[in-house]
Formats: sequence, structure tokens, C-alpha cells
Amino acid sequence: MARFKKSEGRSTPGINTGSMSDIIFMFLFFFMVITTIRESSLIVRVKVPQATEVAKLERKSLVSFIYVGQPIDYKYGTESRIQLNNQFASVADIREFITREREARDEVDRPLLTTSLKVDEETRMGIVTDIKQELRQVGAFKINYSARKTLAKE
Amino acid sequence: MKRARPELNTGSMADISFLLLTFFLLTSSIDTDLGILRRLPPPPDPTQEQVDIKKRNIFTVLVNKNDELLVQGRPMDISMLRAAAKEFLANPYNRPDLPEKKMEIIPGLGEVETSKGVISLKNDRGTSYKMYIKVQNELTAAFNELRDELSMERFGVKFSQLSNQQYIDAIQKAIPMSISEAEPENVGGK
Repeated sequence: MARFKKSEGRSTPGINTGSMSDIIFMFLFFFMVITTIRESSLIVRVKVPQATEVAKLERKSLVSFIYVGQPIDYKYGTESRIQLNNQFASVADIREFITREREARDEVDRPLLTTSLKVDEETRMGIVTDIKQELRQVGAFKINYSARKTLAKE
Repeated sequence: MKRARPELNTGSMADISFLLLTFFLLTSSIDTDLGILRRLPPPPDPTQEQVDIKKRNIFTVLVNKNDELLVQGRPMDISMLRAAAKEFLANPYNRPDLPEKKMEIIPGLGEVETSKGVISLKNDRGTSYKMYIKVQNELTAAFNELRDELSMERFGVKFSQLSNQQYIDAIQKAIPMSISEAEPENVGGK
């Protein structure tokens, strides 16, 4: 008859955590590669509209952003405002903004500079039209209406 | 006598990398930038004389401040816009009230019929951005579908799946994205 020896006072072996850091580092690199660092904190509320025919923006480094939407902080009112970099701006400031963005890039890349309009879906077209007119005056012709991708129509 | 080398304690390494991971997760955003690409026209030149375009070659789309559409002078629902734009651009039955076509020789495609049609989009200052993007989306979809059809016919794959730059250029030349936006006028108010 078989007898099982009962272990006495044996402690469970500890889990080897040596490779844990490797796994976490792998995670870290994965996230670092697929994400982009948020370039500016938003002070306007932007919920971009949905569209089906969206295209991907090539070359992230050649994109400058213009945000339009209601201020998040109610003390600035509820009317749609423009955000350039980290502050509120008016339509007249766009000229300087685009010039600065151009100067920050290589001379070769300047014609490829794209302006991405991140506009809240509740905004009226008046302010958007003004921005577009200003961009035309400055010569920033490549624009991108930022939108979320949906597969089916609403 | 051989002394035992002390081992490096790596227990806290995982904590450190976790901290880094959380930091990067918080400061970064995954959203890839998607959107509808457009090219703005250069500012109007006052010395340049107006080019007359025949009425049959223009497809006018008006959006008012109540987000209602007026297409070719008739009210239309947004769901019909894509089909209407496609019919206008393709003019499959050569109707006299739809745009003219001309034969053009395009490298890579040979001789193809290209439409002279132009879509003219005009919106009010009071139009909501949501509606504007919807309209832009439908018009883009009309062009994309036509390009897909031509590409399927000639190359057997959809336009978006084409990898040969020469083919892409050829299709783009055969069906140019001809959406023109009118100079803004002040109507309606905010």
C-alpha cells in the first residue's frame, strides 16, 4: 500500500519576480511607440464630428493644430473661442501663429505643413469661415478637418 | 576561499517601470489624427477676370443656418446627397442638363472620359460645423465611390487599396476632387 509522505513544515516556493520588470518595460515601450505626447492641454471643449471618409494625417511633425470650441471654464463665457498653443486667441493671431510654425520647420518641409482644424461639432460655421479666410491669406492651403471615424452612417 | 557575491535586488525594478508606464499612459494620447483633407484655394485675385462656367457644369449645394440643404435649387435630405452628387459627376446617360465630358489621355489609363462638373458648396455663417462636415463627408464619399468604381474596372482593386503611385495619380487625374467653396458672404448672422 502506497504511503504518501506528508510534508512537514515545508514552505511554498516564492514566485520569481525577476522577469516582471522586463514585461512591464515591454508594455512601456509598446505604449511609447503607439501613442503621441499631448502637445497642449485643452482649454476649449472639442468633440470633433463623425465622418466616414476620413484619411490619416501623414507626418505628425508637420501638423499644426487650431482648436475651436466653447471654453471649458465657464467664466470665459459660452461663445466658441479659438485656442492656439496654450491660450485663447483671435482670428488675427492666426497669421503670427502660422508664421511661427513655419519658422520652426525645415525649409524643405514648409510647403508640406498642414493645419489641422479641431473644431467642436456644436460650433457655428462663422468662426470657421473666418479662420479659413485667414489661412488662405497666409498661404496655408493644406488643411484637415479633424473627425472621428465611423463605419456606418448615423 | 570563495566569497558569495551579493545579488542585486531587482524587486523594486517592477515598481519603477510601473511608475514610468503610468506616467506615459497619462501624458500621451492614442488618438491618431484622422480627418477630411482639403486644399484651400488661393485668395481671389481682383485683376483676374471671372471665368464663366456653364450652368450645367455646376452642382450647387447650399446649407442654411437651420442646417437645411438646397441642392440645385431644390430642398434635399442629406441622405440623398451622395447619390445625387454621383449622378451629377458621372452623368451615365449623357443627359443634356448634366455636365459635359471630354476625352482625355491619361498616362496609365489611356483615353478616358472626364467630367467637367464642379461641385459648388456654400454655407451660412450660422450653419453648424457638424452639418458642414456631414455635407463635406457625403461629397467626398461620392468622389471616393466613383474612384473606387473606376479603379475596380481598370485595375481590379479599390482606389484605397492601390499601391502603385502611378495608378493613384492616374485615377486622381481622371476624377479630380473638384469641390469649390464660394467666397463667404454675410447672410443670416450668427
